[in-house]
Amino acid sequence: MDDFGASCLSLIVPVTFLGAAVIGLVRMPDEDVRRVALGTALIGLVLGLLGTCSFAHIDGPAIAVLHDCVWVKSLGVRFLLAVDGISLTMVLLTGFAATAGVLFSWNVDKRVREFFALYFALIGGVYGVFMSLDLFLLFVFYELAIIPKYFLIAIWGSGERRYAAMKLALYSFVGSAMVLAGMVAVYVAAGAETMNLIELAAKAREGAFSESFQAWAFPLIFVGFAILAGLWPFHTWAPTGHSAAPTAGSMLLAGVVMKLGAYGALRVAVALFPAGLAQWADAIALLAVTGIVYGAGVALVQRDFKFVIGYSSVSHMGFVILGLVTLNEVGLSGAVLQMFSHGIIAGLLFGVVGRMVYERAHTRQLTMLECMGLSKALPFAMGTFVIAGFASMGMPGFSGFVAEVQVLVGAWDASPKFALLAGVGIVIGVAYTLRAMNQVFFSDAKPQHELTVPPTKPISLPEMIGAVLLIACTLGIGLYPRILLDLIVPALHNDLFQAMWGGGGL
Amino acid sequence: MSYLELTRMAGAEAILAIAVVLVLFFDLYVVRDQTHGTRRGFAAALSVIGCVAGLMFVKLMGGEGEAPGGMLVLDDLTRIAKMSVLGIAAFAILLSADNDFTPHVGEYYALMLTAVIGMALMVSAENLLMMFVALELASLSLYILVGFNKHCAKSSEAALKYFLFGGMSAAFMLFGLSLLYGLSGSLELDAIARSMRHQGADPLTLAAMVMVLIGFGFKVAVVPFHLWAPDAYEGAPTSSAALVATGSKVAAFFLMAKFVMTAFPESLGNGGWRAFEAGWAPAAAALAALSMIIGNLGALAQTSVKRLLAYSAIANAGYAMMGLLGNSGQGMASVMFFAVTYAAATLGAFGVVAAVERNRGGDKLTDFAGLQKDSPWLSFFMMVFLLSLAGIPPLAGFFGKFYLFAAAVNGGQDLSLMWLVIVAVAMSSVSLYYYLQPLKQIYVVDRPAGAGEFKGGFALWLGLVGLAAAVVAFGCAPDLLVECLVGGGY
Repeated sequence: MDDFGASCLSLIVPVTFLGAAVIGLVRMPDEDVRRVALGTALIGLVLGLLGTCSFAHIDGPAIAVLHDCVWVKSLGVRFLLAVDGISLTMVLLTGFAATAGVLFSWNVDKRVREFFALYFALIGGVYGVFMSLDLFLLFVFYELAIIPKYFLIAIWGSGERRYAAMKLALYSFVGSAMVLAGMVAVYVAAGAETMNLIELAAKAREGAFSESFQAWAFPLIFVGFAILAGLWPFHTWAPTGHSAAPTAGSMLLAGVVMKLGAYGALRVAVALFPAGLAQWADAIALLAVTGIVYGAGVALVQRDFKFVIGYSSVSHMGFVILGLVTLNEVGLSGAVLQMFSHGIIAGLLFGVVGRMVYERAHTRQLTMLECMGLSKALPFAMGTFVIAGFASMGMPGFSGFVAEVQVLVGAWDASPKFALLAGVGIVIGVAYTLRAMNQVFFSDAKPQHELTVPPTKPISLPEMIGAVLLIACTLGIGLYPRILLDLIVPALHNDLFQAMWGGGGL
Repeated sequence: MSYLELTRMAGAEAILAIAVVLVLFFDLYVVRDQTHGTRRGFAAALSVIGCVAGLMFVKLMGGEGEAPGGMLVLDDLTRIAKMSVLGIAAFAILLSADNDFTPHVGEYYALMLTAVIGMALMVSAENLLMMFVALELASLSLYILVGFNKHCAKSSEAALKYFLFGGMSAAFMLFGLSLLYGLSGSLELDAIARSMRHQGADPLTLAAMVMVLIGFGFKVAVVPFHLWAPDAYEGAPTSSAALVATGSKVAAFFLMAKFVMTAFPESLGNGGWRAFEAGWAPAAAALAALSMIIGNLGALAQTSVKRLLAYSAIANAGYAMMGLLGNSGQGMASVMFFAVTYAAATLGAFGVVAAVERNRGGDKLTDFAGLQKDSPWLSFFMMVFLLSLAGIPPLAGFFGKFYLFAAAVNGGQDLSLMWLVIVAVAMSSVSLYYYLQPLKQIYVVDRPAGAGEFKGGFALWLGLVGLAAAVVAFGCAPDLLVECLVGGGY
């Protein structure tokens, strides 16, 4: 990677936090706040794209160090930012989701400055997680994201927002507490002198972590991270949180925050504890598959439009977790691709449900929405939802298809029974998506009372741009997945993952 | 030892003693006829100057030394601890400058300063007698400070409870110290350690040790010696509670760590899971676990923010006890880092509570409703302080906890102390819930009708800004403090 790319990438985190600070501290009219917010998100996205281009030219399995200096000398903690193909994929996802999120929250008019300041504090933390190579630093950014989420939901949310916000904050914090305990154990077991993930991986390869140690440290850290990835049965924060959150909040929660968990599980638990993974792979695959089927099944019977999407996220994230424990190249790269793909598609779905429909119809009840004739009132929303729904079902041509097929192939290689069960989940996935689509947009039901007047406000320009941006992403990756796979697959063989290949998966 | 030498070593205490006299004198003869506000400002300014002068003296004069018999010891680590205590005290006094509950201004600040003298002496004592005298000097001053609001029955009740518990535990401690003296024939910590080197963990030593731990346990409010804390914090004038919760705890933790690590390096025992061995480590581990559990669960039910902070103090004392188990320079450094950053955050939180009490008339959770509309900065500071207590990075509390956990686990063999870390992190997830309660009121709940303009003096803002800056700085760059503590060597 050349210097230009490296400096682009190393600017992303500071620029995002700077944006948050400027928005939070400088008094300006709401209209300017939105512009600054869009600018910040776009700068992040563009810097990410530039960095990725420059990375893709040369480095295969390399890890490009962006910034490295001592942070806490006596503990050996370093401020170490670095990227490889996997983190770049996630950085790009964050860029797209953040930009679309700003576009979809153009109509926020309550405490606008605070909203966007918290929004970018969250995004900055997310970028930080994806780019840190020091475990301590990664954890710092990881926890940094909890508090903004709480306030975003509790202040700007809808429905049972305070309950949902607290639930989400506590689940996240319990997860990160487990990771913290595991992190202390790893740090001490590796000689208490470094937190650098590459050095830890090297020590793992030399056998610094005994098998009995990994037997409890692996589930502690993996589950700790996976709580945030919506691992069944610790997923219950996700549907309530997603549905109570403001639109941009749900987009970020489902789009990138859940990926933080999966990313952490891959980078730390899977990469450092091959023996632990070998012992626990079956159990975790079982939970993942249960999540896939259960999430899809529950989504099938929801009455609240947003809850349908919320549970579908649980189901789709199950594929990511399943992919992580297959421990073969196809499955792992499928998992990473699914993270990207689901981030985009979930963002799109929540954009339609939370912003385009709910903000106009003021209800999320399917039975009420079906009487509104939304296909005539909001044709753009209908079109977007149909596309997003097909993408979410895993139609060929969209990114979800490539990703889920890869995970299934990987799982089939490792253990066909799990692949079969996950396949059942896909079938139910088609059912709940079509059911929701049919009920909301294509129902002939007649209005029963005055509450179900069809909305009149047309879809605004920012919404259209946001939707088109996300659709372009999922189509682009679906039609030519090699753009990302060429980044992801080599990265699976870099120094970080050397210990991993020594162990056994499913 | 020459007098000059002694002056150098006890210089900070001497400066504080002079400040006590000056505060009393000026209040009595010079500003007697002025308004209450002027008198308060004058006394507070003098006291702060006294603390800062003491701090500067310790910083600039430097050097090492020891008065005979370990009466006064000065080395790098002691100096840092003393500077921390003085700094915290300065902030505590600064935040008390808006108090208007008592006409006895001079006496109030004089007592605050004598408490600080006691704390400063605690830090540098390595002699059983001196330890006890310093502890009592601090405690007696604090008893009075807690009961200083004579118009409030709760304040008197708080003082009585505090005093009765304190007297009882002082008796235990004195008995323990006398046993130690009998066993070792010496009052000096080093000499005690030398003479008891080969005795191992015989029952009498253990009894003495446990009794001394009871005394310390009371000072730092660990379970089961914590019962006074919620009532004392709630009833006491907020500025007195702030000093009880911070300065006195930092000094007591330093003294306790020094005491167990210096006097009993051999009878450490083992508090590890399935590796139990009698000694002070299992006692400390049990106190830590109990405090974390009861403190955090107790805080869940509180509606008064001062009581909430009291239970949080109990829980935090539990975390800090874990650092003792490190039984090393790292352990000592981690306890001190945690105690100092905890004190900064707690002091700040008390400052905000005091301001809310003055403007809205109470410290109930509901009195904080919609505070962000009235005073965005006060709200922001409260968020910084509470999130630091909850251990959210990049604030100091997070690094403090991580450092403690790492030091504790590193101290035990084969990760045997992981059970304590797991209790600690489980309980710290509980703590997020109650730390978010005031923040929820401040940011999410709407302001009640009729609440209005918020008033705060210059001293309050100065104090809050300083403390918030410290919490953020020590969190983002922990090396500012850690390097001093580790470099101080133990």
